[in-house]
Amino acid sequence: MHDVLNAFVLLSNFVLIPGLAYGAQLALGALGVTLIYAVLRFSNFAHGDLMAFGAMCTILVTWAMQGIGISAGPLPTALLALPFGILGAVVLSLAFDRSVYRFYRKQRAAPVVFVIASVGVMFMINGIVRLVIGPDDVRFDDGERFIIRARDFEAWSGLNEGLALRSTQGITIVVAFAVMVALFWFLNRTRMGKAMRAYSDNEDLALLSGINPDRVVFWTWVIAAALATAAGTLYGLDKSFKAFTYFQLLLPIFAAAIVGGIGNPLGAIAGGFVIAFSEVTVTYAYKRFVGYLVPESWAPEGLAQLLSTDYKFAVSFVILVLVLLIRPTGIFKGRII
Amino acid sequence: MKNFLLFGGMGAALVAVGLFQSWNVALAILNLQLISAIMALGVNIQWGYAGLFNVGIMGFAALGGVAAVLVSMPPVAEAWRAGGSGVLLAGLAVAATVAACVLIYRKLSGNARKLGLFLAVVAGYWISRALYDPAVGAIEAVDPAATGYLGGLGLPIVLAWGVGGLLAAGVAWIVGKISLGLRSDYLAIATLGISEILIAVIKNEDWLTRGVKNVTGLPRPVPYEIELQRQPWFADLATGLGIPVAEFSGIYVKGLYALLFTAVLILVYMLSQRALHSPWGRMMRAIRDNRDAAAAMGKNVTRRHLQVFVLGSAVVGIAGAMLTTLDGQFTPGTYNPLRYTFLIWVMVIVGGSGNNTGAILGAFVIWFLWIQAEPAGLWLMDTITARMPADSPIAAHLLDAAPHLRLFLMGLILLLVLRFSPRGLIPEQRG
Repeated sequence: MHDVLNAFVLLSNFVLIPGLAYGAQLALGALGVTLIYAVLRFSNFAHGDLMAFGAMCTILVTWAMQGIGISAGPLPTALLALPFGILGAVVLSLAFDRSVYRFYRKQRAAPVVFVIASVGVMFMINGIVRLVIGPDDVRFDDGERFIIRARDFEAWSGLNEGLALRSTQGITIVVAFAVMVALFWFLNRTRMGKAMRAYSDNEDLALLSGINPDRVVFWTWVIAAALATAAGTLYGLDKSFKAFTYFQLLLPIFAAAIVGGIGNPLGAIAGGFVIAFSEVTVTYAYKRFVGYLVPESWAPEGLAQLLSTDYKFAVSFVILVLVLLIRPTGIFKGRII
Repeated sequence: MKNFLLFGGMGAALVAVGLFQSWNVALAILNLQLISAIMALGVNIQWGYAGLFNVGIMGFAALGGVAAVLVSMPPVAEAWRAGGSGVLLAGLAVAATVAACVLIYRKLSGNARKLGLFLAVVAGYWISRALYDPAVGAIEAVDPAATGYLGGLGLPIVLAWGVGGLLAAGVAWIVGKISLGLRSDYLAIATLGISEILIAVIKNEDWLTRGVKNVTGLPRPVPYEIELQRQPWFADLATGLGIPVAEFSGIYVKGLYALLFTAVLILVYMLSQRALHSPWGRMMRAIRDNRDAAAAMGKNVTRRHLQVFVLGSAVVGIAGAMLTTLDGQFTPGTYNPLRYTFLIWVMVIVGGSGNNTGAILGAFVIWFLWIQAEPAGLWLMDTITARMPADSPIAAHLLDAAPHLRLFLMGLILLLVLRFSPRGLIPEQRG
């Protein structure tokens, strides 16, 4: 019995909790991508860098707060700085919408033109982030490091395996959940949220019923920037902030949005967790887990790892391709590009 | 006339670099401009002719680099003895698994098909891993500091340029088969993913490419500077020209590279032009401009897309092999999508998509700006920080950050061209 519990704790520690935290981060990112797709109808390649930019603003404000002695007690100061970071990302997004995307919207340009423009925006944001904060690793978490310490858990439960819950993981899950609830409340209960969904469903019909497209676009960018900043900051807290890793997050985020059904917010959340758990479960070495469950002589010799950790991109990609081939609309019914 | 002026201006800029910085720098820029131009031609074949949005350029360029290693490096006999047969058997097992899957997919249906596919994949995975793991372990254990991989064929590296094209074409065929049914946005995301996977494979399969341990000292198609300097005729020539021998040897070698690359560029350019202005090229543009109409005319759109995707990727693979040849080493860790995928895209868009001459000009101009943005950025930051106190941390930070201005600049150029001159510097000829 103890062995089964040990195995379960081991799995929670290395698969369940990291998967939940990573899934929440991907889901927030994918929600942003999916909203932009639903309303503005293009895949925003600059979203990863927008996440980096928002996180960077948050970090700068965090440093300023730490400098003048403001802290959130056991919580990371970055949570207090998050609204300012969101503000920064919103201003940047709106500036790019005014100067770049609005022109093509007026022209009713093909989606691929928007995508190429977003590549230009991606370059510019990437340059700004590297100019301001540099290309290196930045750590900015403070406050309590753990909610549950592995050693305390071992002492309390008497198991060999300790369960550790880092505070950044706990905060990620709680904040992501709060943000998602707020988003769904906004989309389903407020006038602007309903207008946005109407506009996404059928642009012409929405315009006929008096919805102001400029306001819809404005609020879409505000929400997408807020989601991107939250995702970027949580990811930075959990791992560390590095300009380049955010660009690489683009692939799992797109995969999450498409797997869930692009344009569908519920799908983005489901997709985020599907991608995150597939990455973690496929690249986890099950040697010790199996060791607890089977008699000693059966234990595997190797690491019992299906794929090396470096192939985690391949996992999100294979899922993406399978979904595109078998069910192009995604798990929840999204659109077909 | 306008084109002549544009290229003339570009040439004058290079000459200015030669006069004011050094001829070595100018030739170094020129060599990479030539390679970038070939890559841009490859992208232009896909995007300009057929409207395929491929953002996996980096992966195909890296495949060219793999070809350079596999063709030119001497074989490691001991590694072959240790694990060569094991790796080959594992490869056969993978091929057999794929064949079995195809067979099951064709012959069975319903739940039997699902079950069969599942069993075939699981069994194939275990058999391949059982053959592959010990073989790879044995190969990588052979003198890991110096080799630890199978090595190559020990042939002249120029052959690798063609092999790189073939390798890229082969992978592009598989990639295209999977992803070309998709519309533009999905194709972009799919190719982005494929390039990341290709890089991950190259970085991690040490038995094939030494991974992040890098392969250095690739054979060169041109003489080494140090050998030239020892030759009496070369020293005489340098003194005759009044240039220091060391400097002249650099110029001489880079000049030889430039001649080789120019020859390839001209060949690819002429073939591309012939293709574009042939009935085939007109059909491609018809498909690009209105795919439904072209399909209604009886053109097999997916098949044509596959064809053009393979061709364009092959050209990128050739350029990738040339790039690794010029570097003299293969460093998988340095492949970065901003530099190897999106920068090439900026070249094509700025130069004029659909126009081969434009793609070449775009490659020349953008690569020049990419290189020269760094000194320009430093100069700018120097001017800004000149009035700050010498020990100011802001000044130091700004000076450190100067190289990153180039990313910002590239984005700005792309957006400006896309907005104010969407057809590029040399627009496509219509009609």
